[in-house]
Amino acid sequence: MKVTKLALAIIGGCAISMSASAGGKVDKSVSNMTGADATMLSNTCAGCHGTDGASSGPAIPSLGGMSALYITDMMNGYKSGDIKSTIMGRIAPGYSEDEIDAMANYFAGTEQHRTPQAFDKAKAAKGMKLHDKYCEKCHSESGTLAEDDSGILAGQPTPYLHYSMEDFANGDRSMPKKMKKKVKKLNKKEGSAGMEAILNYYASQK
Amino acid sequence: MKKNMNRRDFMKVSGGAAAAVAGASIYTGSALAGAKGRVVVVGGGLGGATCAKYIKRADSSIDVTIIEPNKTYFTGFTSNLTISGMVTMEQLGHTYEGLTAMGIKVVHAAATEIGDSSVKTSDGGSYDFDRCVVAPGVDFKFVEGHSEEIANKSVTHAYKSGAQMSLLGEQIRGMKKGGTVVLAAPRNPFRCPPGPYERTAQIAAYLKVNNPTAKIIVLDPKDKFSKFGLFKEAWKIHYGYGTDNSMINWIKGAEGGALEEVDASTNTAIASIEEFKGDVLNVIPDMKAGHVAHANGLVKGDWCPVDLQTFESSLRKNIHVIGDSSAAKGLPKSGYAAASEAKVTAAAIVAAMNGNAAPVPAYTNTCYSVVAPNDAFSVAAVYQLAADKHKVMKVAGGLTPSGDKRNAAHREREVQYALSWYENITTDAFSDGKKLPL
Ligand SMILES: Cc1cc2nc3c(=O)[nH]c(=O)nc-3n(C[C@H](O)[C@H](O)[C@H](O)COP(=O)(O)OP(=O)(O)OC[C@H]3O[C@@H](n4cnc5c(N)ncnc54)[C@H](O)[C@@H]3O)c2cc1C
Ligand code: HEC
Ligand code: HEC
Repeated sequence: MKVTKLALAIIGGCAISMSASAGGKVDKSVSNMTGADATMLSNTCAGCHGTDGASSGPAIPSLGGMSALYITDMMNGYKSGDIKSTIMGRIAPGYSEDEIDAMANYFAGTEQHRTPQAFDKAKAAKGMKLHDKYCEKCHSESGTLAEDDSGILAGQPTPYLHYSMEDFANGDRSMPKKMKKKVKKLNKKEGSAGMEAILNYYASQK
Repeated sequence: MKKNMNRRDFMKVSGGAAAAVAGASIYTGSALAGAKGRVVVVGGGLGGATCAKYIKRADSSIDVTIIEPNKTYFTGFTSNLTISGMVTMEQLGHTYEGLTAMGIKVVHAAATEIGDSSVKTSDGGSYDFDRCVVAPGVDFKFVEGHSEEIANKSVTHAYKSGAQMSLLGEQIRGMKKGGTVVLAAPRNPFRCPPGPYERTAQIAAYLKVNNPTAKIIVLDPKDKFSKFGLFKEAWKIHYGYGTDNSMINWIKGAEGGALEEVDASTNTAIASIEEFKGDVLNVIPDMKAGHVAHANGLVKGDWCPVDLQTFESSLRKNIHVIGDSSAAKGLPKSGYAAASEAKVTAAAIVAAMNGNAAPVPAYTNTCYSVVAPNDAFSVAAVYQLAADKHKVMKVAGGLTPSGDKRNAAHREREVQYALSWYENITTDAFSDGKKLPL
């Protein structure tokens, strides 16, 4: 109890913006300079996501070359709290709709990045087949086609894809209905080894 | 693929010029005919390197030179993790080849004199500039009985990473069973406000496994600190803080935590009420802007006042101060903030050299603290500049949840994300493609 009170006292400043952020609003008690351009805004993300969204890993996802729609959806999900996250839920509320659009278009215009990472060759080979059967429909061109608006799976850090699947499974993020069906089928047929093989395949992509 | 192509292209374009300068420590404007403008960056730490790179990225026709005495930059951030062995000091070293490959010149010397249009260096060199960026980090206000010489030998501060951090690690690993580590924290403001407390947790993580009857006494002139609730909770969960068996004893200012003097010959910290003899003594002094800023009229009080849109000094024209040395009201002295200031400054300088007005800035800060092998938490903030420019305003952000809302699985993720942040912020600054083997 005591600790909590003290903590609140210290982060008093944050507390205001945190409660403001829960509603996705910006602190309007002071007038700020707004209208920063896309590059200025997007450069603030690079310290975590890598220069131009090319992440070195081991876990933070790359943003390079994703579709603007996917990025916007994710940002709005973080902002509203519909998608649970470790940190994006505290960052996304700092940006207006226009700013999110600007950044989404910026990253959509950068190159995709495959984070170099370790993988098991045999599993990757099996994973490629399973991907074609269960996932390619909506994650086409081997999980590289931005226009699918379903993220970029190829070369995305494996821990991140694991976390995404965990979030889908426990409802911290809602899984597209048809994807749910396919994942269920995959699990039934292949057990947990199936998803593991698929993630090894994504890790193997250069 | 893209990275390599860029690198090769840049070498083709700038290789000649870079080679011509490499041998000579003095160059003049004439050697750079055609350059749109010249920027000299004093200090190739996180802030300086990021600024140099982002100027070059935005406008490769601007001539950029970094002046930095060290060939290898060891990051302060993440260096606490060397104590528990999660990373090694060697893994935290960054070099400048990635930046030179982009066409940025790097001179290994210390800047001494910053004039109105040139910087002089310790080795007799002189470098002309149209704009100068000063990013020398911090210097220390040692208490009586403490100094850099002593810190290099026995009573470390270990607050600039590198050799002293390695020494502190050796001292802790070599400490007798049941020994005592005394750590003294500084007064506000200082670089990385959660740093001393993350360090306490990292020392405890090592001792818990290897020397479980050892103790840590934290002397603090303050009565509270950054991420206070989160740290106290983590100390409690992992290291018994608050119980009779606590490995950590935090003594706040009101209870005599303020350090007054060091007796290095007996490894004793003399605080306001009692004396504390440590088997290992680590004293993090109060801080001020880097020496070179003081020596060149850039400081008011302890820090460098700046325009928050351009980071141009309020005291001297065409000279910008970024990172820990700047008095950036509203922003903490952290690596992420230094990089954020660097990018805002780069954009302002590029705009000025192209005849444009300084753009509307955007800033972010985040800071991860790793408190156990499976537990990290963070603070994040998104900022805008107040319209009257008096302060950088937080518009969103907050802390990792604690108490009832503590999420152990997310804490484990945050360890992985903290390491990712390390990889990405250092690659963003140095383009050295160096990776922690994980
Ligand atoms: C233990 C510890 C933990 C930390 N943890 C975090 C963290 O988790 N997150 C975070 O965001 N930040 C953290 N930090 C803070 C972070 O390291 C600094 O805020 C950041 O490095 C500031 O960047 P800078 O460019 O201002 O200074 P620095 O990175 O210190 O760089 C200054 C550079 O200037 C050079 N220099 C000095 N004088 C001269 C001169 N006269 N001529 C030429 N060059 C000169 C120095 O050699 C140095 O390379 C931590 C720091 C420490 C010590
Ligand atoms: C402190 C580090 C940090 C910063 C700064 C940051 N991110 Fe993130 N980002 C993360 C992490 C970690 C995740 C994974 C979700 C989580 O746990 O928060 C993520 C996830 C994302 C995703 C989802 C990607 C996917 O494949 O599903 C998007 C989109 C994103 N961030 C956009 C941004 C943008 C745009 C910015 C800049 C305004 C930004 N991030 C700044 C750490 C960061
Ligand atoms: C019916 C279409 C569909 C199928 C089939 C499908 N997915 Fe998805 N998937 C999506 C969509 C749409 C999203 C984006 C969801 C969102 O916006 O939250 C997504 C997101 C994901 C993500 C999160 C990406 C990120 O960056 O966070 C992962 C991982 C994923 N899918 C894996 C798979 C795997 C593995 C398969 C095959 C077993 C599969 N999906 C099959 C539509 C599908």
